[in-house]
Amino acid sequence: MENKIDVAEVKLTAKDFSSDQDVRWCPGCGDYSILAQVQRTLPDIGKKKEDIVVVSGIGCSSRFPYYMNTYGFHSIHGRAPAIATGLKVARPELSVWVATGDGDLMSIGGNHFIHACRKNVDLKVLLFNNRIYGLTKGQYSPTSEKGKITKSSPYGSVDYPFNPLSLALGSDATFVARSIDREPKHLQEMIKRAAEHKGLAFIEIFQNCNIFNDGAYSHLTEKETKMDNVLVLEHKKPMLFGKNKEKGIKFDGFTPVVISLEDGKNSINDVMIHDEFDSNPIRAFILAHMTDDPALPTPIGIFRQILKETYGGGVQRQIDEVTEKKGKGNLEKLLFSGNTWVVD
Amino acid sequence: MDKNKKNVQDLKDVTIRFAGDSGDGMQLTGTQFSNTTAIVGNDLNTFPDYPAEIRAPAGTLYGVSGFQLHFSSSSIHTPGDSPDILIAMNPAALKINLKDVKKNAIIIINSDSFDGKNLKTAHYDSNPLEDGSLDGYQTFKVPITTLTANTLKDSKLSTKEVTRSKNFFALGLMYWMFNRPIEPTIEWLNSKFGKKPDILDANLKVLKAGYYFGETAELFTTRFSVAPAKLPKGTYKSISGNEATAIGLVAASELSGLPIFLGTYPITPASDILHYLSTYKNFGVKTFQAEDEISGVTAAIGAAYGGSLAITTTSGPGMALKTEAIGLAVITELPLVIINVQRGGPSTGLPTKTEQSDLLQAIYGRNGESPVCVIAASTPVDCFYMAIEAARLATKFMTPVVLLTDGFIANGSEPWRIPHVDELNKFEVKFETNPEGFYPYNRNDLLSRPWVKPGTPGLEHRIGGLEKANIFGNVSYDSENHHLMCNLRAQKIKNIQNEIPDAEVIGEHKGDLLVIGWGGTYGAITEAVANVRAQGVKVSQVHLKYLNPMPKNLGDILKGFKNVLVPELNLGQLSKILRIEYLVKTISYSKLKGLPFKSIELQNKILEIVGGGNGK
Ligand code: SF4
Repeated sequence: MENKIDVAEVKLTAKDFSSDQDVRWCPGCGDYSILAQVQRTLPDIGKKKEDIVVVSGIGCSSRFPYYMNTYGFHSIHGRAPAIATGLKVARPELSVWVATGDGDLMSIGGNHFIHACRKNVDLKVLLFNNRIYGLTKGQYSPTSEKGKITKSSPYGSVDYPFNPLSLALGSDATFVARSIDREPKHLQEMIKRAAEHKGLAFIEIFQNCNIFNDGAYSHLTEKETKMDNVLVLEHKKPMLFGKNKEKGIKFDGFTPVVISLEDGKNSINDVMIHDEFDSNPIRAFILAHMTDDPALPTPIGIFRQILKETYGGGVQRQIDEVTEKKGKGNLEKLLFSGNTWVVD
Repeated sequence: MDKNKKNVQDLKDVTIRFAGDSGDGMQLTGTQFSNTTAIVGNDLNTFPDYPAEIRAPAGTLYGVSGFQLHFSSSSIHTPGDSPDILIAMNPAALKINLKDVKKNAIIIINSDSFDGKNLKTAHYDSNPLEDGSLDGYQTFKVPITTLTANTLKDSKLSTKEVTRSKNFFALGLMYWMFNRPIEPTIEWLNSKFGKKPDILDANLKVLKAGYYFGETAELFTTRFSVAPAKLPKGTYKSISGNEATAIGLVAASELSGLPIFLGTYPITPASDILHYLSTYKNFGVKTFQAEDEISGVTAAIGAAYGGSLAITTTSGPGMALKTEAIGLAVITELPLVIINVQRGGPSTGLPTKTEQSDLLQAIYGRNGESPVCVIAASTPVDCFYMAIEAARLATKFMTPVVLLTDGFIANGSEPWRIPHVDELNKFEVKFETNPEGFYPYNRNDLLSRPWVKPGTPGLEHRIGGLEKANIFGNVSYDSENHHLMCNLRAQKIKNIQNEIPDAEVIGEHKGDLLVIGWGGTYGAITEAVANVRAQGVKVSQVHLKYLNPMPKNLGDILKGFKNVLVPELNLGQLSKILRIEYLVKTISYSKLKGLPFKSIELQNKILEIVGGGNGK
């Protein structure tokens, strides 16, 4: 007799994805919520636990892999997209995730990020954007606002910040989204949709660092203000926001403007309808840059997603095509190819 | 034969240098002559030497491109110290190269190019063809440009295209002079220009015109013959170091059963390895041309983590950029093959010139105690075997292995007795799949940790650049643990000594002088030692292929000699290591001229040390 355990059909839960390591982020850090939402979502993406790998760089957020009970690689500063690219190209069947921060991805790792986007490597990139360097104890980051006073900018930073979504769109990322640590349901939805996307999926997650940059996003997360400041993008739906969805976004040429649906001057027909799959990236750019204008709400959701051949897909296609044409490589033949001569 | 029958003189060995503008096709001419010479059965060794500029302004001194080739009826190891024959396509080529050729050498000159403008560009005050500069040489002035144009007077090609084919005239003439068949080049032209019939036709005509010119022109009275060398039985081909490296990696993939992933960024003189590997897609080879050097190596590390035979290729400046990532591969103990085709440094240095100045960088150039295995190839052919060896050691010891080659052996070529696949040793690679008692840093008796492929159920674990607890692999800042882990990583690399062959001594095991070298200087040192030994001088030689760790018996060998001479194309890097590791007094002999050693330079140095007194 033998014990027969049916492992194939065991449904995983969030618990299966948490490792035995103590989580060492500061109490109250937004990273906890992101970790929880990832752990809650991964059981539903149709992948076995052992086929999921989380790669990270350096920074608070990059400790992420240690807390996930999947395969994980905590690497060096900025290089996670490149390491993940090598892994994904070598092992296309794996689901490869990158956990990274604004210093890691936008500063030291900027080059790897834009090229992973450009090449459409099938990675899921989660940017924990807290607009500050946390692990090195509070210097301004490439997403900090100009004029920010920090330890390394006592008179205010003179840098202009990156707009991460615009950078991703400009690098032709095929899936570009944004969410907020304090919006668990929305964040879960974004993670799931990223997992489903074939190609590079980028999610900018607004994350509160309650130690060095507390309240950076409070206008987007506090009850009293968030409805007026957050625009939730939904495919094929009008861009409405406000406590009673009484405000909308109209496109005046290339300029987004806020209109009221209560003043009798505008109707719902004037409100822009969101189209995630728009093949033209212009509207997604405009939406991305709404963040920079205090008069406009900050959009979250999927800004754009399109489908095109992934990098790994292209690599494999060429291997298949050449193998089909030339036959499977034969080392003996390769060694003896070219201009040979015989000495007897 | 006809009335033009010429004398044929037998020679044992010949060194030819083709020199011209970087746009004159000298590399191609040299390569064709080499391939044909290989097929004829001579032993040979080549030295392409070209400027960093792709098309430097015509006629300039810095735009001169050269290709030197040494061929012989016996076994040889170097591209020759000084040419017996120089083909100079313009005044600049003559000016740059004349100082290198032998007394009474044959100099064949494209006389058409010795006009006012070219002479001025080459900084000649008077015409060397007329002012006696070439007295003491056998000079042949051939109007190559005119003869080429005459040959192609009916061609539809533009004047520029016609002029461009003049290198085939020179090649044809050399084929005649050295009694080589022109058929291999005809075949090559057919395959290369099959789709451009006008150019094909022109090159064929010019090649033949050059050949017949030698036969009919009264200018030449003698042609030469170099008999085939008595090489060991087998099938041969001529191969460059970079191609040998690429094929060696494909062989390593086959011998280990691991798929190749190459993460790399184009850099001179290493790019050819990428070029070759990118053609082997039907071997399942994946090449990733990254956005920068760092991405090249880190992508390879990602692929190593995924279970591939992971490789990154580069040269000095790129190696510097990869430094931090190599440290990551050290602490995560992942197998990674790093190939540095060395060139002149520091910084951008001399991109197209050879040097051996990255040895200390390879062994020591990282933050922290970061030991890696370092090996070096000694000849173009050796690149094949050392590429396999790098892959074997990396996977067996779960470590980065740096394979050092250099621009000289990477671009130079020599005949290779091709091995059959079954003559190559397979090496087994085991992936851990058993969750029972598994820990990421549980080591085997070599001290290697298990290699686990993501996707293996039950073995999910995390690795990374933070120090890890011995055996269990969780992040650990424990002081005792860090001390232990640093020692374990160092000991693991030392253990490689048990896996590598002892150093071999050529000559006596004890004596007055040992000459010890490493890497691409093998040919020049070997020839120099053989020559002085032939004069009865007692001198011995060791050539190192394993630099870290070094062979177990090396300490004992060094003890047997009164003097240890270390010739290197750097300021004494191996010399320094030998002093530190073995407390021996060494004599460093340096050269940093972007050129390989000449064997005569080394012979003179050896004789200086042994006092020219036949070793006593
Ligand atoms: S420093 Fe900020 S980002 Fe880092 S763990 Fe603490 S709260 Fe989170």
